[in-house]
Amino acid sequence: MRRHRWLMLVTLLLAALAVAGCGDDDDDDDGGGAAETSQPSGQIQENDKNSSTTITMGSKNFTEQKVLGEIYAQALSTAGYTVKKDLNLGDEKTQLKAIEGGDIDAGPEYTGTALLSFFGFTADKLPRDPVKAFEEAKKGYAEKNLTALTPTPFTNSNEVAVTQETADKLGLKKISDLEGKSQDLTLYGTPECRQRLDCKLGLEKVYGLKFKKFVPVDIALRHEVLKKGQADVSIVFTTDPQNKREGFVLLEDDKGMFPPYNSTLVVRNDVIDKAGPDFQKTIEMVNKGLTDEVMQELNARVDLDKKTPKDVAGEYLQETGLVG
Amino acid sequence: MNDFFDAIEFIFHEHESPAGGAQVGGLSNMWELTSEHLELSAVSMAIACALAIPLGLWLGHTGRGGFLAINASNVGRAVPSLALIAFFVAYIGVGFTNLTLALVLLAIPPILTNTYTGVRQVDRDTVDSARGMGMTGAQVVRRVELPLALPLIFGGVRISAVNVVATATIAPLAGVVTLGDPIINVNTYGDEGRLAAAILVALLAVITEVVLGAVQRAVTPRGLKLEGGRRWRRLAFALPNDRREAST
Amino acid sequence: MSPLAQVQIHERTEDTCVSDNGFCPAWIADNFDRYVDPFFQHVLLTVVAVAIGFLIAFSLALIAYRRRWLVNPITQVTGVLYTIPSIAAFFLLLPITGRGFVTATVALVSYVLLIIFRNVLTGLDNVPDETKDAGRGMGLTDRQLLWRVEVPLALPEIMAGLRIAVTTTVGLATLAFFAGAGGLGEQIFADINFKSNVVTAGGLAVALAALLDGAILLVQRLITPWTRAAAAR
Repeated sequence: MRRHRWLMLVTLLLAALAVAGCGDDDDDDDGGGAAETSQPSGQIQENDKNSSTTITMGSKNFTEQKVLGEIYAQALSTAGYTVKKDLNLGDEKTQLKAIEGGDIDAGPEYTGTALLSFFGFTADKLPRDPVKAFEEAKKGYAEKNLTALTPTPFTNSNEVAVTQETADKLGLKKISDLEGKSQDLTLYGTPECRQRLDCKLGLEKVYGLKFKKFVPVDIALRHEVLKKGQADVSIVFTTDPQNKREGFVLLEDDKGMFPPYNSTLVVRNDVIDKAGPDFQKTIEMVNKGLTDEVMQELNARVDLDKKTPKDVAGEYLQETGLVG
Repeated sequence: MNDFFDAIEFIFHEHESPAGGAQVGGLSNMWELTSEHLELSAVSMAIACALAIPLGLWLGHTGRGGFLAINASNVGRAVPSLALIAFFVAYIGVGFTNLTLALVLLAIPPILTNTYTGVRQVDRDTVDSARGMGMTGAQVVRRVELPLALPLIFGGVRISAVNVVATATIAPLAGVVTLGDPIINVNTYGDEGRLAAAILVALLAVITEVVLGAVQRAVTPRGLKLEGGRRWRRLAFALPNDRREAST
Repeated sequence: MSPLAQVQIHERTEDTCVSDNGFCPAWIADNFDRYVDPFFQHVLLTVVAVAIGFLIAFSLALIAYRRRWLVNPITQVTGVLYTIPSIAAFFLLLPITGRGFVTATVALVSYVLLIIFRNVLTGLDNVPDETKDAGRGMGLTDRQLLWRVEVPLALPEIMAGLRIAVTTTVGLATLAFFAGAGGLGEQIFADINFKSNVVTAGGLAVALAALLDGAILLVQRLITPWTRAAAAR
């Protein structure tokens, strides 16, 4: 008898918890107080006062950036802001110029990219800790009157990729394994790769690698050139769904050339001031759910399932319950 | 106007790349890009001529395949160059060879159409008298029809060449670094670099047009030139006599 | 901690036509709405550019028809404009007209001028002298002669030029996205690896060119019935 009653109590308790979990809707809109979970909680609340503020959201020119730009744009729109989009701008320098010049108000950037491309960090001075990397980036941006908001959990690094075949043939596991072999290999990368310390320039300076030829190709082609056998080595990203699909081998960065790359939304100070507290709150709510796994999934929906970034962003916001 | 001066300056002096880490601009950089541009164009044109001129001569001489030859231009014109290159990139991949293939396909139609039309409009009496003199078919082509068709053939070559030079500007999309690189990848070269490349591409196209136009005039028999007026203007515009559209 | 508030991670174990970047008719049918806006942007770009170009070039040709000394200079200028590759033109115009529809239109218009100019002129020149004499003999003024005899007889040549202009402009408008003017080229470039995308966007451009070409041909046949017999030969 006692046992049954105990069981009933436990069942009721569990049921109550489940119901409470389901009924999350209007209660917590204060940025999801549960800082210890990685799941976003609550819905974005619309605040009519925000409609007088117009935000132009930008992004760089590859899938993950377009998805992030759409997610932020749609989330801010739900929060009541008037949002305009100017995604797919170009590389990191183009986006920074656009933010500083007022063409866009905000755009996602990676902490590592900012440190290397904007703030003059060299490989030896790069912070390895993601939190430290963010602090340094935030400092650098502050000097430009820009605010870097709380970063995402996911990190998306540049990677040096070869096919399984090439890795087996040349015995490649780490990037330094390319020493003595790279002069017979062709490297394909983006046009800006030539000058980036986390790309070709870094491979030359940190690993002392010289390649037979470097071919600049559009960022969208980074996997195809490897797959079709035109490139021996290509620069890809950690969150690319194609890596696993094609069985590419990502060489280990044993000399620590690549910094942490968490994504942070960079905004002009005057925009943040005008937009009020909802702006930062909304972005933080959105970022909570962007783990490595989730970002890869979203990228896969665009690159492999061929959905539009706009649709996928909408799916993210709905599946996480941020947008009802 | 300032921008244009900056661009000219870019052609002659090296600059630090706005993306940092390398030098861009200056005569040697510009020459590197230009020579790649020319190489791509020249190879594509050579292959296209080698394929289209003999075919056009044969079709024109035998009078067969008129429909194909005449409408080749029309169909070719309707296919945008970007679409053609994208098609090749998607199906075959990037690289000099693949891109050359796409450019050859782009270049063939005007040459084919103009060669065919050029041969067809050689005066029938001239051809007949040549045969009467005992020439074989091949000799008739080589000694009578080809020389008389040369002005139109060169008209077609001229049109294709300018097209190919123009399209080679978007070659960087397919991994071939031509003068289009500063235009498409403006971050590496800067705004002055982009404008400089645009100026050079325009110059290159105009020079191609002028040079080949001069060649076309040079191969036009004096008789036709003296006839003047209507007929010569047709040839200058590369319009054939009886057919409305052979070329653009 | 709600189990509902989580992104679904899909297992992607099999290769599908789409994930393989292949040519997938089913996907195209489902996602065709992606191409609608770019298609209409493209139509707008083409029609506006050809219309403006035609107006300018036609007027120039009429002027040059009466003042022959103008033919050469106009031909040279429009010839140079024609030769300059449109992508170079977009960026040569950038410091002056900025990015967008206007820049793209100016570049496209300048390409069309030579084609229309030379075809109108050639068409007018082709009118047989006897016909003109007969007209004058009937007492027509120069102006009446032009609009009632010469231009109608020149129509086949003019329409031919219009057809060439339209098909080439559709092709060039695919590059308009470099000038920030959208169009089908932007869609091609959005996923240059995906065969379905390239073929659909490219195919729509070709179809548009064919459609406009056919439409003009139809108009030509309708308004110049006397050439139908000639064309049938």
